[in-house]
Amino acid sequence: MTAEVRTEMAPALPPPRRSTGVGHWLRQNLFATPTDAIMTVVGALFLVWAVPQLIEFLFTKAVWPGGTVEDCRVMGAGACWAYIGARINFFIYGFYPMDEYWRPNVVFALAALLVVPLAIPKAPFKVVNALLFFVALPIVTVVLLSGGSFGLRPVPTDQWGGLLVTLIISYVAILGSLPLGILLALGRQSKLPVIKTLCVAFIELWRAVPLITVLFMASIMLPLFLPQGTSIDKLLRALVGVTLFASAYMAEVIRGGLQAIPRGQYEAAASLGLGYWKRMGFIVLPQALKHVIPGIVNIFISLFKDTSLVSIVGIFDLLNTIQAGTSDTNWFSPTQATTGYIFAAIIYWIFCFSMSRYSLFMERRLNTGHKR
Amino acid sequence: MSDVSTASVDRKIDTSHMTVSATEVAIDIIGMNKWYGDFHVLRDINLKVMKGERIVIAGPSGSGKSTLIRCINRLEEHQQGQIIVNGTELTSDLKRIDEVRREVGMVFQHFNLFPHLTILQNLTLAPIWVRGIPKAEAEETAMKYLTRVRIPEQANKFPGQLSGGQQQRVAIARSLCMNPKIMLFDEPTSALDPEMVKEVLEVMISLAEEGMTMICVTHEMGFARQVANRVIFMDQGQIIEQNDPQGFFSNPQHERTKLFLSQILH
Repeated sequence: MTAEVRTEMAPALPPPRRSTGVGHWLRQNLFATPTDAIMTVVGALFLVWAVPQLIEFLFTKAVWPGGTVEDCRVMGAGACWAYIGARINFFIYGFYPMDEYWRPNVVFALAALLVVPLAIPKAPFKVVNALLFFVALPIVTVVLLSGGSFGLRPVPTDQWGGLLVTLIISYVAILGSLPLGILLALGRQSKLPVIKTLCVAFIELWRAVPLITVLFMASIMLPLFLPQGTSIDKLLRALVGVTLFASAYMAEVIRGGLQAIPRGQYEAAASLGLGYWKRMGFIVLPQALKHVIPGIVNIFISLFKDTSLVSIVGIFDLLNTIQAGTSDTNWFSPTQATTGYIFAAIIYWIFCFSMSRYSLFMERRLNTGHKR
Repeated sequence: MSDVSTASVDRKIDTSHMTVSATEVAIDIIGMNKWYGDFHVLRDINLKVMKGERIVIAGPSGSGKSTLIRCINRLEEHQQGQIIVNGTELTSDLKRIDEVRREVGMVFQHFNLFPHLTILQNLTLAPIWVRGIPKAEAEETAMKYLTRVRIPEQANKFPGQLSGGQQQRVAIARSLCMNPKIMLFDEPTSALDPEMVKEVLEVMISLAEEGMTMICVTHEMGFARQVANRVIFMDQGQIIEQNDPQGFFSNPQHERTKLFLSQILH
């Protein structure tokens, strides 16, 4: 047999044009099978029925700020945004004294000012920025909000409330549970039996208890065990409870990430002479945490919403102020409560959705493994 | 098909620096035993490696070759006997282990580069954080070794963007950046495409030419012939036979060695 030899190399051609167009897209995505077609029709009918009513309730028939309670009481009136507008300060600050609103406002402004550049990867001074956000901000917040120093009027924490408290609890629980969770996850993998047992016990204990129980224990049982006369601030107890609770979940998510790191990575790091903490800090954790960003953000999001549970121990977070607002007879109208809860839902949704989007952005940014 | 390649280099190997010290011991393993649970994986290992020696360890899979060299930088723990590396005995003392690891480089079958760091960061991490070398100096050294393994242009890429052969050369450069006294190679070419074996062997040969003390677990018998000054054959966790390459390949003594060589050389 004589050798067959290619004399000209085949040139690279552009791919064949795919069938495109609206009709093709519809067939591919909406009417591919009879079941798909039925579901598409049913779905479309539902939207036709629901969307106009929603738009009517939320926008066209709604009473906007500036409207009066009488407008809201008219039969067939939509959402009573005028009520939200009238009570917005209560929803944001709770019972915080009105003439001291500038203090939470400064805290909000500082937090926004620090979190935005921190979230933008290209912004400079990351270390300083992080120190300010994670160390300085909490101190400033405590000093400013509680007062009692620098000539500021003391404001006890049971007057704090609304969105302010929701954000404070979330901030502390999110930022506290991540490092604690990392330490617990590492501890659970430790070769030292004492550390391992302690971490396993801690994680399993906290995961086995409902958050409500934790909060009840913290606010009702704990004072019984403390010596007479000593008392720990109610908000602080809730903060500690929520943080420890979240850190147990965090630990397990991070452990999942640690298990995804091939043994070769540990070994390569060890063979270069890197000690335990450097191995973990430079090699293992950056990769492990990257793997579990979705899981971590999942916990952040559910944590943000779970902060509403503190209302059962009498802390006025956002949801609790809204609930309390529903008994405001000055604004009594058929849609008062509904509007309040829709408002709460929108606020929660904005924060949770931002976290979710930002985590997707970070996932894509940190993906170095599959770049072409 | 056997996965044993006999790739060799065409050029003449410069032996001027390949002198073996007569007095300086690099690694001394005395009566070492190791178990995995009940399984006796390394049995009565006695091995003295002099400074400048280039040793190839061969043997069937499961014979304990990899486990043996992984004991030398304590990626595996031995239960009995002594392992003394550069005069430091390996015990459970973490400080001593890190001391030994700083001076012993290791190259793995699957490269084990750090995928989240650039090539340059892979090379400078340990010099900066273990040796305390300033960043600029560490980067200079890193570029020097990247040039030596002939891929300086890849410095700012991520490992995932490189071919297997390039990754393995980076892995070798990463070890060299720590300026090690001994290099361990654990089947460095076994996971490579056939076309990329040679570029890695070239780098290893040039290391040998400079007089590096090397222990290589490998199936590259061509490399063993050209570079090693001792070939060790292992089976069932024991050193069965050791000899210079000439004697090992042309005149094997033990039945198991003969069988092994007849299987892989054809």
